[in-house]
Amino acid sequence: MELSFQMVMSQVMLGLNNGVFYAILSLGLAVIFGLLNIVNFAHGALYMLGAYVALLGFTSLGPLIGMPDFHLNYWAALIVAPLVVGAVGIVIEKTMLSRLYKFDHLYGLLLTFGLALIIQGVFTNFFNVSGDPYDAKPEILGGAVNLGFMMFPKYRLWVIVISLLVCFGTWFVIERTKLGSYLRAGTENPELVKAFGVNVPLMITLTYGYGVALAAFAGVLAAPIYSVSPVMGSEMIITVFAVVVIGGMGSIMGSIVTGLLLGMVEGFTKVVYAPASSTVIFLIMVLVLLVKPAGLFGRES
Amino acid sequence: MNKILWKILVILGLAAPFIVYPVFMMKLLCFALFASAFNLLLGYAGLLSFGHAAFFGGASYVTGYLVKNSGLTPELGILGGTLFAALLGYLVGSLAIRRQGIYFAMVTLALAQIVYFIALKAPFTGGEDGLQGIPRGRLFGMLDLGQIYSIGGSPVALNLYYFIFALFCLGFWIIYRTINSPFGQVLKAIRENEPRAVSLGYKVERFKLMAFVISAALAGMAGSMKSLVFQLASLTDVSWHTSGEVVLMTLLGGVGTVLGPLVGAFTVVTLQSELSSVGSWITVIIGVTFVVCVLLFRRGFVGELGRLLKKSL
Repeated sequence: MELSFQMVMSQVMLGLNNGVFYAILSLGLAVIFGLLNIVNFAHGALYMLGAYVALLGFTSLGPLIGMPDFHLNYWAALIVAPLVVGAVGIVIEKTMLSRLYKFDHLYGLLLTFGLALIIQGVFTNFFNVSGDPYDAKPEILGGAVNLGFMMFPKYRLWVIVISLLVCFGTWFVIERTKLGSYLRAGTENPELVKAFGVNVPLMITLTYGYGVALAAFAGVLAAPIYSVSPVMGSEMIITVFAVVVIGGMGSIMGSIVTGLLLGMVEGFTKVVYAPASSTVIFLIMVLVLLVKPAGLFGRES
Repeated sequence: MNKILWKILVILGLAAPFIVYPVFMMKLLCFALFASAFNLLLGYAGLLSFGHAAFFGGASYVTGYLVKNSGLTPELGILGGTLFAALLGYLVGSLAIRRQGIYFAMVTLALAQIVYFIALKAPFTGGEDGLQGIPRGRLFGMLDLGQIYSIGGSPVALNLYYFIFALFCLGFWIIYRTINSPFGQVLKAIRENEPRAVSLGYKVERFKLMAFVISAALAGMAGSMKSLVFQLASLTDVSWHTSGEVVLMTLLGGVGTVLGPLVGAFTVVTLQSELSSVGSWITVIIGVTFVVCVLLFRRGFVGELGRLLKKSL
């Protein structure tokens, strides 16, 4: 098979499109892990929930509130879905996760696994597993743009740009602002930060809320590209776990960069040897475990 | 552990096919062994594997293939499946023990996903259909495991039941002996305080890996047994749902207790068969059980009972 530059580039760009989803999700996991020491298994389910908030807001919210002509449009969904899911996250943290901090961290993983099963199970009962299309893509994002070497769908380009902005915005807040310095200090030594009069429990709650809101944001971005289905999250989360093992959760920038790179590698594999594209990230994980067990950006404690 | 209790359990096991629905009983034995093997790792070595379905399901595919396509006798099929799981356990274990705690769980989950993809895509696994119609065959080429006897008017594969029961007893005995051996004591020492075990001169990695291989092999044996009972090896057996289920069984019954996984497996298998009418709501019920268990009784049924009786069960 002839490997044309164009073919490789188009798959790598599509891969980058997947990569920004990996980046947003693993960034959310890293932020949550930093402060809560919990791996949020429900992350995929909340990503799916975000997509469904957008879908149902567009199709069912109007009739439900007695205004059949009302549709939650895409732009509104980009704001509403993270808020709704963030609120769900805050409730989860307040009522359940906060009871587990004094126990082994593995219980947090088990609890959020249970939550993921519940959320996914409920949606499987009401919606088609093969997925529903989300047709609220704004017209301005339709069509394609000429990137010089290829025509690229405008919507996917928008997803890449806005995701990168959100990722680097989050990085900036955490690494370069006062609020972020509290957060980093809380990661290092919560007791000491508490002693300085910072409300650490509130900070933890909001961090979890923000982490899962990021997942919901990714869910809305994904809705017009993939069909919205109850299993979209569980397929995603296992790959994202592998991404997180490869990158290590110690570094915010690390998780963003790893997500982007692995998305592109996956896209590249599709051109070179398509059957391996679904496992290549896991194989890279094996390689990283052999060579640098702590992960590319990780610190072994 | 009380000898009388063991005798009662064995007698109950022998009499079971005359009392309860034997297929239910055989399913229970398979999952009880699976959960006990898992508990050896989580409860005694403190390692949470989220990928044990790879061994359970992988071995069930291997056994199914050996018996159906290669025409091996059932005991060789099960041996093959178990050896495969042990080898796979060695590979997965050597990689996973390079990371600790939460990362260990994620690594095992991700590695198990590779096995899932192979089961989905490989030419010899039947893809979405899995391996169906696996014959039960003749034990040592002589005793017909498919032989049906009529008990109280209903058909029962009695030979198969006792074969499965014997294998369960063997597997459970190996786990029990491992826990109560010096090796098991070292595992507990590692679980309680790994740096201390290292400073005492134990090669911690080697112990962890050994525990992982034993656990994987016995989980595989349980999966091999399952493929003979249901004459089916399917994608469900290698999926992360199954990995999660075995975690739940162990947690519900009591992590680090000998009897806990049996009680947990009984609870979950009963739930599944009693609630089969609610269809996919079962996922929600399993999820709720998980959450309630983690929040309210982390010791599980047997663990809480042991605390009340002030005894290690």
